Amino acid sequence: MTPTPVVRAEGLVRSFGGRRVVDCVSFTLRTGDCLALFGPNGAGKTTLLRLVAGLLAPAQGTVHVNGVSLREGAAARSQVGLVSHASMLYGALTVRENVELAARLYGLAEPARAAQTALEMMRVADRADAPARTLSRGLQQRVSIARAMVHAPRLLLCDEPYTGLDDAGSAALTEVLTERREAGAALLLVTHNLTEGLALATQAAIMRRGRFVRHESRELLDAGAYQSQYRELAAVHD
Amino acid sequence: MTDLESAKAPGTLAASWIVARKDLAIEFRTRTAFLSALVFALLGVTIFFFAWDATAVAAADLAPGVLWVIFTFAGLLGLQRSFGLELADRAIDGLLGAPIAREAIYLGKALANLVFVSGILAVTIPAVVLFYNLPLGPGIGALAGIAALAAIGLVAVGTLFSAMAVNTRMAELLLPMLSLPFFVPIVMAAAQSSARLMAGRPIAEAWPWLRILVAYDIVFVTACTLAFPYTLDE
Repeated sequence: MTPTPVVRAEGLVRSFGGRRVVDCVSFTLRTGDCLALFGPNGAGKTTLLRLVAGLLAPAQGTVHVNGVSLREGAAARSQVGLVSHASMLYGALTVRENVELAARLYGLAEPARAAQTALEMMRVADRADAPARTLSRGLQQRVSIARAMVHAPRLLLCDEPYTGLDDAGSAALTEVLTERREAGAALLLVTHNLTEGLALATQAAIMRRGRFVRHESRELLDAGAYQSQYRELAAVHD
Repeated sequence: MTDLESAKAPGTLAASWIVARKDLAIEFRTRTAFLSALVFALLGVTIFFFAWDATAVAAADLAPGVLWVIFTFAGLLGLQRSFGLELADRAIDGLLGAPIAREAIYLGKALANLVFVSGILAVTIPAVVLFYNLPLGPGIGALAGIAALAAIGLVAVGTLFSAMAVNTRMAELLLPMLSLPFFVPIVMAAAQSSARLMAGRPIAEAWPWLRILVAYDIVFVTACTLAFPYTLDE
């Protein structure tokens, strides 16, 4: 029997102001899979991520995480970790309090220990008692990733996660993503950096005007040719 | 990282407490909204006092109106901030993505707001009693009860409207415009019942107004809790 996919999105549609921002998008990710999603600004990538995270309700279509519909709410959301453009941190709280808050919201048995482990993994534990607002953008990004990973999610949704990270931060993130995938998690990675995306991907997709205009297995792709084809696709004006 | 298998998502009440504790910790650290509301309330009491002609209006007639009008506007300052702090860096996404009931976010926010407005009342009521030299004595407990009922109604409605208004461009204007009409029954009932206490009348005379406050609280806490999840859809 085929194991249940980590995430199955079918026919997702979402409009804003009469414009279809996500237009009939479907994909499936199994354990260890990574879908690298590329596309020009305004293609609908972030909206797609928000739909899969359960932050937005689709006008049409469904998302199942480990076989549980997102419409059923908490059980599906508990398996998702989101790293977005915004840090999702409270500036007045310390780094540790921010990550512990996430751990408590996900019902972890030992939130303090889980937060400490996540902060160590992102190599930011030495700033644990600093208010989040006092950290640089890069360090905030590391804390944001620690916050998203603290509950060891089965599905990781990452929107430009490498943005603002220095070499040590990037290495820590790659390590965490690799470790999570080896543990059975799936990854949906939105990035403008094709080299970075293709290095992690098992599937690659290009999104434009809310649709997947290309979506294929990474094994079938030649990275060099893909990059030039992507530039051509992305350069086409709407 | 802790494995998900050992995790158990918090129930609605537990999640509400987590949200409330977070909001209170932030307010305790920054104190911006509380101090603003407190200073506003005390200045309001002072200005009303100096504008008062004691020969024309008795203290017991004026004081209840002063107290509850100031309470309403000072409370709005805190309510304004309730969801404002969630928008900075989209922290609200962290709450919405968590495996907790959306109602828990509302209840947690409302609980934190209740502590906030109770803090304001804890200073404003003695200030009004002092300024207007009211012989409150044994009625202070009953007045505290009226304050609690009024505060519950105010935060129930105000928290919901704060969530609705925060994503709009004119949130500072929209929140009072949406809320104030709904606050009228609270202000009326609280002012009428406290006027009787401040005039030294028996608590039984205030009972019909207290029943309105209780009914208002039950209706709006329930309705706003149920309506809240729909305010979050973009």
